[in-house]
Amino acid sequence: MKNETVKSKWRPDFWFFTKLIVIVVMCLFIIYPFYTIITKSIFSNKVEGVTLYNFKRFFTKPYYYKALLRSLFVCLMTVLTTTLIGVPVAYLMTRYNIPGKNILHIFIIMSLMSPPFIGAYSWIILLGRNGIFAKLLNTIGLTAPTIYGRGGIIFVFTLHLFPYIYLYTSGAMNSIDSSLEEAGENLGMNKLRRIWTITLPVILPSILAGCVMVFMTCLADFGTPMLLGEGYVVLPVLVYNEYMSESAVNPYMASALSVIIVLCSLLVLVFQKLVIDKRNYQMSSLRPPQEIQLHGWKRFLASLPIYLIVFIAFLPQIVVVCQSFVERSFSGVVKGINLNNYRSIMSRLGGNIRNTYVFSLIAIVFIIIVGILVSYILVRKKGKVANFIDLLIMFPYVIPGSVLGIGLIVAFNRKPIVLVGTAAIMIISYVIRKLPYTVRSGTAFLYQLDPSVEEASINLGVSPMKTFFTVTARMMLPGVMSGAVLSWITCINELSSSIMLYSGKTSTIAVAIYQEVVRMSDGTAGALATILTVTTIISLVIVFRLTKGKVKIV
Amino acid sequence: MAKVKKGVRLEHISKIYQDPKTGKDFYAVKDTNLEIEPGSFVTLLGPSGCGKTTTLRMIAGFESPDEGEIYLGEEPINKLTPNKRDTAMVFQSYALLPHYNIFDNVAYGLKLRNVPKDEIKERVLKILDLVELTGMEARMTNQLSGGQQQRVALARALVIEPSVLLFDEPLSNLDAKLRVSMRTEIRRIQQEVGITAIYVTHDQSEAMALSDKIIVMDKGYVAQMGTPQEIYYHPVSEFVADFIGEANFLKGKLTGTDDGKAVLDIEGNALKVEKRDDMEVGKEYTVVLRPEAASLADNGGMPCKVVLSCFMGSYQNYHVKVGNTLVKLEEHNPKNKRIYSVGEECHLVFDPASVHVLG
Repeated sequence: MKNETVKSKWRPDFWFFTKLIVIVVMCLFIIYPFYTIITKSIFSNKVEGVTLYNFKRFFTKPYYYKALLRSLFVCLMTVLTTTLIGVPVAYLMTRYNIPGKNILHIFIIMSLMSPPFIGAYSWIILLGRNGIFAKLLNTIGLTAPTIYGRGGIIFVFTLHLFPYIYLYTSGAMNSIDSSLEEAGENLGMNKLRRIWTITLPVILPSILAGCVMVFMTCLADFGTPMLLGEGYVVLPVLVYNEYMSESAVNPYMASALSVIIVLCSLLVLVFQKLVIDKRNYQMSSLRPPQEIQLHGWKRFLASLPIYLIVFIAFLPQIVVVCQSFVERSFSGVVKGINLNNYRSIMSRLGGNIRNTYVFSLIAIVFIIIVGILVSYILVRKKGKVANFIDLLIMFPYVIPGSVLGIGLIVAFNRKPIVLVGTAAIMIISYVIRKLPYTVRSGTAFLYQLDPSVEEASINLGVSPMKTFFTVTARMMLPGVMSGAVLSWITCINELSSSIMLYSGKTSTIAVAIYQEVVRMSDGTAGALATILTVTTIISLVIVFRLTKGKVKIV
Repeated sequence: MAKVKKGVRLEHISKIYQDPKTGKDFYAVKDTNLEIEPGSFVTLLGPSGCGKTTTLRMIAGFESPDEGEIYLGEEPINKLTPNKRDTAMVFQSYALLPHYNIFDNVAYGLKLRNVPKDEIKERVLKILDLVELTGMEARMTNQLSGGQQQRVALARALVIEPSVLLFDEPLSNLDAKLRVSMRTEIRRIQQEVGITAIYVTHDQSEAMALSDKIIVMDKGYVAQMGTPQEIYYHPVSEFVADFIGEANFLKGKLTGTDDGKAVLDIEGNALKVEKRDDMEVGKEYTVVLRPEAASLADNGGMPCKVVLSCFMGSYQNYHVKVGNTLVKLEEHNPKNKRIYSVGEECHLVFDPASVHVLG
């Protein structure tokens, strides 16, 4: 009620036009494509007129409904494994004097922000058919566990996504008021009981919020199951096959599958809204918990598992960088250690590299501008319109990249607007999908800015418009920028919608890596992946600098 | 500052808010009339939720009244946006611009008004001198203490020479000692500049120390407006009496008149008070007795029993029971007086002229 503007005769102001433009653009590039998918899903080339033929086929043919079951199984298993790893790691990291915990924290964030499919690719190099470990174990007469199929997918997902659980949990652990636990201790509870009856219930909503993130990411991820799945086809892969396979392109079925994926993620989101958000406890952390000092072997035992997990999670990046310097012949024999892979990608795939950076940079400029304006509307111009924009911005969370990709294709491959095959459609998909990072970081930051600073400026005679640009936007910049760097990182690593939308001229690094891996060209894939990894790490270092180490990924 | 001083007038001002939980409308401020004289220091005082901040924000223009009209001098200002109003506000959180240094913070409002550079410098330095921050121009805001930040906020508001200076609980983020010295400071600066000031607080001692006039608000209404003395000695209601200082409420029926005075029966004791024309025999009246106006004695006055006796340094704090009524009193300078202990029977004595009968 503090942000009401003066009621005088209404005339459209700057914010009115901003809201209008944001809503129109969002509707055009989110609602309209999704609407087109829905309409496509109720038609078929086999049946005349409106029909539920596709859905009927989905729920009767094992080929289809099994993919759904597999997706759900993989997601739930990954939620379980990431929780089993993430929660204890968070507990140990927040409560005990683990040596080098700041560095470990950064490494955990880096493994989360790394391109998702690079994990899959690296583990193929290590444990795949021609894998280094696999061969090593073979020479001593052992068979390495296979990385392909269900187990491999869950394994790679787990290592990539446990940081979500870790970040959510440690955030909650740090904001818990230590007098709560002390009260338990004071009443005579032992430590385990205290963790079980006080600490865990209080942080449970945060853990569940992390679980939702893991579930949604797993459900939407395309690269990992595509590379590792082989026969084990999950939903996003099925969508890709239906839409892209050279044999039988079936956009109707692909649309129906897309609708089903989105329904799944909507259900999860509803679960979050109904169950988790209601139980969120407001903590006034007057006394944050003290770090417990361990010594000698106790400290070693507490640290060892964390170092192991972080090492295994980060291993793919090391493998990728090493691999990029190894030149191999077509049969996979090592020819030497040199820069030939880089020479090769520069001459063959220079366009992809340029595209990745140019598209992402253009996208990020839009993301920053829209992010600042939208964050401001969401926080300071609350109302029905703001709520609607909030909903629109959140929409890409439930729409997997491949689905948005298909949506954009079916919506813009015919007149009046033809965008398929252009750079614009790639950039649009990046802006739409990666905007939430910036908006979330921007709004969180803006909530902490005292509105009286703006009021003081207006009170001193500066018009609200000028105040926004000289005071508010400037103060918001650190928050928006740290979110924008995260948006940037996910843009350059984007695969699932790019693989749907790219054409020969607009292909990106991520797409090229995927193609190189499929062609078993490990060296050049490694060199490409190294470029992405190095860019990601440098960008993350910038975020850490910007936020003085207090980066908010979640 | 050779500006014409302006007063502020509120006519039938109401502000309606919606309760976020129930969705029901309620009056944050209801049918409020105020007349604030030019050059005076007026305090809006009341518990949280009484409408004092809303009133202030309506004068600044951050909220717009649903009914009524606000005048600055003789000019109605309802339609003016906050940046067009000739008011300057000092915020509770100081609201300094974190990306500017002290000089630029103070100069902010002047730069916008296209004041020549030399003049800006002169005026900013003069104001910084007034608030005793000379030499701090180049510092950033986070290098200042809370008291210093508050001075910068005050300087920033003063330098644009507004007609009215608005304060929104400016001292509540400071520690107790600093609060006392800053309020003397604010009063000194306001008198030196001779500006009209409207000050919101919930701290009654702050209101007393600062104001020419105090406006006590309760639940959206103005409960009473008057000088600090009027409000303290002649509160119009139990709410005002209780909010300003400590008060005992003795209730009794009017039994008749004696010698031109009204006689009240308080717990079986006759108390003679000033008679007012509107008093009726048989009706119950409430008498306000301030704790420092009463004392204990071996005889005379009203018989009572001590239930608490506590040494506070400058005074002895007693709670006594007169019949069923609990009376708190402060016996000042207790060193050479007889101290009564808990359970003792004694007498409550006070000058009937020092009490105030509520209407």
